Amino acid sequence: MSDAETPPETEFDPVAPNTGEEFEPVDVFPDSDDFDLRPGADSCYKCSTCDTNCPVAEVDDDFPGPKFQGPEQWRLKQSDDDYTVDDSVMDCSNCMRCDNACPSGVPLSQMHNTARGEYVSEQMDKLSVEYIRNRILANYRTSAFFASKVPRLANFAMNFGPARWVMEKTLGVTSERDFPEFARQTFREWWADRGGQAASRENAREARERRGLPEDADKKVAYFHGCYSNYNTPEVGKAMVRVYEEFGYEVVAPEQKCSGTPMFANGMLDDARRHAETNVSSMSELVDEGYHAIASCTSCSMALRQEYPELFDIDGIDKVAENTFEAVEYLRIHEDLKGEVQAADVDGELAEEFAYHAPCHSRNQGLDRQAVELFRDLDGAEVEDVGDSCSGISGTYGWKEEKYEKSMEIGEEMFEHMEHAEGDTGMTECPTCAMQMEHGSGYEIRHPLELLEAALVE
Amino acid sequence: MAIESEVLVIGGGLGGLTSALAAAREGADVRLVSYKQSTLRQASGLVDVLGYTPDGDGPLTNPYEAIPSLPESHPYRKVGVQTVRDALSLFDDAVPTYEGEHTETNALLPTHGGSIKPTARYPAGASAGLASDTRDTLLVGIEEMVDFDAPHVAAHLDATGVPFDVRGETIRFPGDLRADAKVTRYAKLLDTNSEVAVRGRMVPAREALAQRVNPLLEDEDRVGFPAILGDDNPGAIRDALGDRLGVDVFEVPMGPPSLPGLRLEDALFAALDEAGASIETGNPVVDFEGEDRIEKVFIEKNGAKIPNSADQYVLATGGFVGKGVESDREGVYEPIFDCHVPHAEDRYDWFEGQLFGDHEFARYGVATDDDLRPLDASEHSEFENLRAAGSVLGGYDFAAEKSGSGVSIATGYAAGQRAAQEAR
Repeated sequence: MSDAETPPETEFDPVAPNTGEEFEPVDVFPDSDDFDLRPGADSCYKCSTCDTNCPVAEVDDDFPGPKFQGPEQWRLKQSDDDYTVDDSVMDCSNCMRCDNACPSGVPLSQMHNTARGEYVSEQMDKLSVEYIRNRILANYRTSAFFASKVPRLANFAMNFGPARWVMEKTLGVTSERDFPEFARQTFREWWADRGGQAASRENAREARERRGLPEDADKKVAYFHGCYSNYNTPEVGKAMVRVYEEFGYEVVAPEQKCSGTPMFANGMLDDARRHAETNVSSMSELVDEGYHAIASCTSCSMALRQEYPELFDIDGIDKVAENTFEAVEYLRIHEDLKGEVQAADVDGELAEEFAYHAPCHSRNQGLDRQAVELFRDLDGAEVEDVGDSCSGISGTYGWKEEKYEKSMEIGEEMFEHMEHAEGDTGMTECPTCAMQMEHGSGYEIRHPLELLEAALVE
Repeated sequence: MAIESEVLVIGGGLGGLTSALAAAREGADVRLVSYKQSTLRQASGLVDVLGYTPDGDGPLTNPYEAIPSLPESHPYRKVGVQTVRDALSLFDDAVPTYEGEHTETNALLPTHGGSIKPTARYPAGASAGLASDTRDTLLVGIEEMVDFDAPHVAAHLDATGVPFDVRGETIRFPGDLRADAKVTRYAKLLDTNSEVAVRGRMVPAREALAQRVNPLLEDEDRVGFPAILGDDNPGAIRDALGDRLGVDVFEVPMGPPSLPGLRLEDALFAALDEAGASIETGNPVVDFEGEDRIEKVFIEKNGAKIPNSADQYVLATGGFVGKGVESDREGVYEPIFDCHVPHAEDRYDWFEGQLFGDHEFARYGVATDDDLRPLDASEHSEFENLRAAGSVLGGYDFAAEKSGSGVSIATGYAAGQRAAQEAR
């Protein structure tokens, strides 16, 4: 017998379907605090469409693919008490492409994230080099925080050959890649120097006046800048602020930690939860005051919108998810962005032909075509899509010594398309895709917000 | 504010893609939104127009001749034969890698089950495999791919009375791939022609595959593989294999997930991009605003409802499988606009006792006027600016008739073109 409860007494007549309210469904897995993803697993009819979207399965003969990692593994776990999570789940790069593929609405990436979390917490040796390495990589914010205190020294030390050789040999961090440069001034330092929220309020007010908008228009957003635009590419954060202010929005930069994306990908769910709690608490207060949360990194917006409510139960989490948007997307919805871009032109440094790559996490939010379509009619710049392949780096995945080759093999198609594209400058929304694009092509990589700033802001 | 366009197409299958393409070529500002990736990757990649009559007569030689005698409720009767021809021309122009436009008669293609299917257009990769071609044939199966058992398929084909000798052989794919390798794994290896280990020696994948097949070849003039021969460069792979084997090489279309379906999807999206349309996939349309006219629809993104507005709308969300038509114990319905779906009141009248019987549910979908506007229960159009295309339409049984692709293309073309004309 199963551990199912005895069904309540009903007048069930198998000849006539019983749709009456007296029927109570049986709770097969009662009162469990664990995730029960069985309903999702039951929706999978094994069409294998998810497998055709998996960039890892396309190059890695050891990786069984998203269908196995998700619904099949969940079925095995539910039917066999001795079944433990298969270690291949650590080879999933968390690109989340399978989500967008499934015609049946199976929550694949949620299954992968929970399975990976369980594997790491219950099966992985906490003293192993792999665990320590993964934890360091996943907690990029912590390293970046210290490095940004001494950016010059950090830039030198992190790319110092012998040190990198030691890192590869002892920790398994590939020495093939250059560490991203740390900015001399972080975004937050710039923001504070500039006068913070008060200055933004004043700029927004002036812009509204210029545009003939009512002075008290309710236009305010909370910027989730994420780690990368804070420590490494503050120019993206600055562009975001200037573009939004130009449209008359007052910007605030609330207290925030890492979005958690690298932690989900490494199964460090406890770390991710700690960071999520801070982010949700500061964002949900602002949402109550009428702010929307805006992110310039598509993995950050993905985390706030989808992964948080799927994985955690934190006060206000659904409210934050519903009110989070990607920076350009929000303007498309609320402003005549297309019209303004059509009327604008670009000259100077950003009058370029760009080879654009859509990050997997933008794809999953339906934003993969946004930059190409928005800039179609912009005078002075061209944005060309380099195709729908994954860049291959997937955050921390491509930094792992044992994954480096596969990461480059996945990215090969994108590199080729970049080479064939007209421009010699790349463009993407994702910081790690940008690293991979630069690594594989040598191109400088810009963010769509920077081009928008060049087109629309004086 | 909302995200605006002149024509908004809801659905990314063959019907939606053709609608959007027709509207964009008519000069309209078009936006296509699709909940998930296109269901084309579940399709064989063959484009049928009409293989059998609703009474089961066939295979039909000329599908166009049979259209005027279809029942009046049939979508082909709404748009007319000439529109079907025009729509196919649009398809031929958008997807130049397809063949079959040289004739109005159906081609006969072998399927991976060993049956023969009448179809109007087929990918170039399948063309050397035509069943009307009398050249002797070797089919090569891959040991790990259990859904293509070559000797079994050959025996079935032989039993249908094909005018050639056919034989099946099974090989191990070079390079020791995992037993359940994805079709994309095979395709990627062949696309990039990466080296694989064969008896301790590294050999380029195309070469290695040819080496495996060569000794099995007797005096056949053509060799058929399951459709795994590349995603980006299928032509180059067929040529390379053909050169090394000294025969013509073709692919037999496979069940889902299907590479020919994927390639067709890519070709149509590229054509749409070229025509200047906007595309968004990944989020469902869940709601709308408007009375006699649809003012805007809402796309749901993790709880946020994003408004999209247009002058004209095309509903191309698919049938039961694509979830454009749904049912529960109470009835059958269209979930976005709640358009009327005619169906028997008693649920037990929806189907027949026999598995392959003439089920009513197979023909369920919205009914339209001749302008493809969905009709309510009293036969008035539901909304003045909404048209429907593809398998969300009722009145035909695409599985039995082998008419799914043709109806999608023809009604998509008509709906898209008319929407664009009206939006101007």
